[in-house]
Amino acid sequence: MDNAIVCLESVQKSFKGSSKPALTGFSAAILPGCVTGLVGPDGAGKTTLIRLMAGLLAPTAGSIRIQGLDPIANASTLRDAIGYMPQKFGLYEDLTVLENLQLHADLRGLLGQQRSDTFKRLLDFTDLARFTSRFAGKLSGGMKQKLGLACALLGQPRLLLLDEPGVGVDPISRRELWKMVNSLADQGIAVIWSTAYLDEAELCQHVLLMNEGQLLFYGRPAELTCRLQDRAFQIRNISVNRRKVLAMALCRPDVMDGVIQGRNVRLLLRPHATPPNPSEFNAGANAELVPVAPRFEDAFIEALGGGPGGYSELAQRLQPIIGENDTVVEAVGLTKLFGDFAATDHVNFAVKRGEIFGLLGPNGAGKSTTFRMLCGLLKPTSGTARVLGIDLKTNASEARQQLGYMAQKFSLYGNLTVKQNLMFFSGIYGLKGSQQQDMVKSMTEVFNFQALLGRKPDTLPLGFKQRLALACAIMHGPAILFLDEPTSGVDPVTRREFWTHINGMVEKGVTVIVTTHFMDEAEYCDRIALVFRGKIIAAGTPDQLKAQVASTANPDPTMEDAFITLVQSQSDLDVAKQNQSTPAPSKQAPANKETP
Amino acid sequence: MLHRIITLVLKELQTLLQDPQSRTILILPVILQLALFPSAATLEVTNNTLAVFNEDNGQQSLELIQRFSQTQAFSEVRMLYHETDIRDAIDNQQALLVIRFPVDFSRQLAAGRGAKIQALLDGRRSNSGQIAFGYVQQIIQNYSEERGNAGVLTMPSRLIFRHWFNPNLDYVRHIVPSLVAIITTISTLIVTSLSVAREHEQGTFDQLLVSPLTPNMIMVGKTLPAMLVAICQATIILLAGIFIYHIPFAGSFWLLYASMVFYILALAGFGLLISSICLTQQQSFLGVFSFVMPTILLSGFVAPIENMPVWLQYLDWFNPLTHFIVIVKGVFLKNIGLALLLQNLWPLMAIAVVTLGASAWLFNRQLD
Repeated sequence: MDNAIVCLESVQKSFKGSSKPALTGFSAAILPGCVTGLVGPDGAGKTTLIRLMAGLLAPTAGSIRIQGLDPIANASTLRDAIGYMPQKFGLYEDLTVLENLQLHADLRGLLGQQRSDTFKRLLDFTDLARFTSRFAGKLSGGMKQKLGLACALLGQPRLLLLDEPGVGVDPISRRELWKMVNSLADQGIAVIWSTAYLDEAELCQHVLLMNEGQLLFYGRPAELTCRLQDRAFQIRNISVNRRKVLAMALCRPDVMDGVIQGRNVRLLLRPHATPPNPSEFNAGANAELVPVAPRFEDAFIEALGGGPGGYSELAQRLQPIIGENDTVVEAVGLTKLFGDFAATDHVNFAVKRGEIFGLLGPNGAGKSTTFRMLCGLLKPTSGTARVLGIDLKTNASEARQQLGYMAQKFSLYGNLTVKQNLMFFSGIYGLKGSQQQDMVKSMTEVFNFQALLGRKPDTLPLGFKQRLALACAIMHGPAILFLDEPTSGVDPVTRREFWTHINGMVEKGVTVIVTTHFMDEAEYCDRIALVFRGKIIAAGTPDQLKAQVASTANPDPTMEDAFITLVQSQSDLDVAKQNQSTPAPSKQAPANKETP
Repeated sequence: MLHRIITLVLKELQTLLQDPQSRTILILPVILQLALFPSAATLEVTNNTLAVFNEDNGQQSLELIQRFSQTQAFSEVRMLYHETDIRDAIDNQQALLVIRFPVDFSRQLAAGRGAKIQALLDGRRSNSGQIAFGYVQQIIQNYSEERGNAGVLTMPSRLIFRHWFNPNLDYVRHIVPSLVAIITTISTLIVTSLSVAREHEQGTFDQLLVSPLTPNMIMVGKTLPAMLVAICQATIILLAGIFIYHIPFAGSFWLLYASMVFYILALAGFGLLISSICLTQQQSFLGVFSFVMPTILLSGFVAPIENMPVWLQYLDWFNPLTHFIVIVKGVFLKNIGLALLLQNLWPLMAIAVVTLGASAWLFNRQLD
């Protein structure tokens, strides 16, 4: 490929003190005028590769050439050709939007007429012109992202390196960002987009699929998915418990991977397996097996050797949860005011025993506030959150014994060992003596911690941390499990394993409340509440939400389509309302408040 | 409930003591300060230079110069031969003190009249200058007494100094008991406030809040480990003071440790207050630093509280270290009784109640 802008030749990078190289044997040629995805879970080596290309790291072996030049030796020549947006956007949060741009322009020596022209072009492009005097720290995730992109574009780069621009950005902002990036690629810029979301891979023209420092695949995403033709199926019209159908299907030797999609179960068969008869899944009389299009994630799972089985040893060992009351979590008029801004505004819902309930919504929509009030981390301004009929405001301690909580970043004690973490979390929930010892032993066996007991979680891969966090959250046998973005960053196989455990526990009567940014995770939920501007704008089963937005143009919408359409139509509705009522209402999400 | 608190305390101690790094942070300052402070931080004036501009050259002035050069305070006596040299000697810090004998010094004394001596001090080193001047005055006084006894004059009376509880005015006896108080101050603040901030950063604080632990239990779980660590450190210094620096321990260990508990409670209250305002370890460290500096400087350890402006003296009542330094020195050096101890102990108790109460209130409010 002669016109390639970046040439990687068996690039290897090792870091001192780690046994495995962060990258090994990377050879690829990246073309201008298209979006190339660096796709893989955390720890795949995406950031290392981007930093190598930006000239911030030197490869241990192999060579990198950008426009035929070495990124380190010719750094000063290449500086204008490369735009780099690091993770977390590289913004100064205490400077305004304009000051951030000015700073980056000064650093690049962009002056005079050219400077004001570029500012105008980029502010138009990113639609940030209205917010120039706002502090970068006060922007929403999506707007920060755009500003970071604008800063990276100041030098009119030929190569744009974007390190995980999709993290912490809701689907709507993500779609906008993709539009912008595609228009840049159309101008002939080579865009490198790193991501842990495998569904984003399908939007890239080329993909470097990576895992644990290895390059699994380089080419067009369709090349990978077309190999899986005729192997992806959906079991539809299931009249029995779909979680049991999935668990059973995953235990079959001819099934490589499976997930729940609303009321259906999606399966990926092993190569050369003949499609089984739907009746073999015990999915009810009307069940049918319908072929569906393979996805990029299927290819990734296959590259990793298939998903985990459907049997949860963990759930097997848990005591079944038996209780009289049917409604275990209830929000009545739940409201949280920060000043005059209502983060959560009169939210009502009830979650039944043994249900998986999902809270979805764009960033800053109030789903975390609602979530934190439900698990007692935040006191509501008005209204009540009841857990097992107990008001968290009055008798929190008693209710909390029944809760399990797993935080976004797997909050573990990084400087205690795995064993000490297990002992600590079981201890604060009142387990002691032989009961405690047995439970820790049991968790060790279920999650294969034997060899890791003396290690510190900080030194473990993300997948193990997540397992440890789950173990710590459930040792006291909680009736309700709160999961705050429980699988962000982990690879799809670990995510499958996690949901196998969750599904197993739900069968034992555990109730699960989950927030997530992953749309396929939302599909596991029995019911979803879509939160926007502090209110629930839609609620129902995943299929009901999808049905709400089905149209002649899009008869079979995805969960992401449903999310985007529902949020946008509500947003349009709000704008229309605002235009009708002349005195502007004071309660407005800050992201939409115009700067005075 | 007890089991849960023990779990919390155990976790905190594991965090503090398991890492070689954090172990070093707890032990190294104790050893360093114990080794450096008693020998370095001293107000005694020794080995300085005295400059003399002698215009007299009579017998009396020579005799006095002889006596000056005999003291430990002045290892060197430099003779100046010109009036302009005086300014140079002080300006260039060649001498701490310049003594000038006027032309008629010996003549006047021989005539039985009073004579004058001029002493010039370096105001930049006011403290040592004054102390050195004290030595000079004493020498001159002794000399004139001797001359008086020789039949010229009789002194009516004479002051004799006795320094109780520290007869030799040994500076170590001031430093080491104060170190007991200062080291406990720093470690209590760091252990309480930084550990809470670290939990905020790691996200484990939320994990504690969703558990059945109440905010008060979490506070106890933070205070107890700080107390254990601080008491151990204090014990090390105490033992070193008694066995290495040979300072006699006059009072009761029980009283000392009992008051130490209240002192640490008062401080833990401050530490938890700082931590409930700060969200990161960095903020919290700055908070501790800006609290510790004035606490130590205004505690009476560096300068006497009586020298401070009156309003500051009132304000200093809220400084727990002020009271605890009095207690430590009192128990250590002079075996103060319970009544005297209580005078300084009840403010500590009051401070502890206020600060712990305030931080409990703030801890509970974090859920809002």
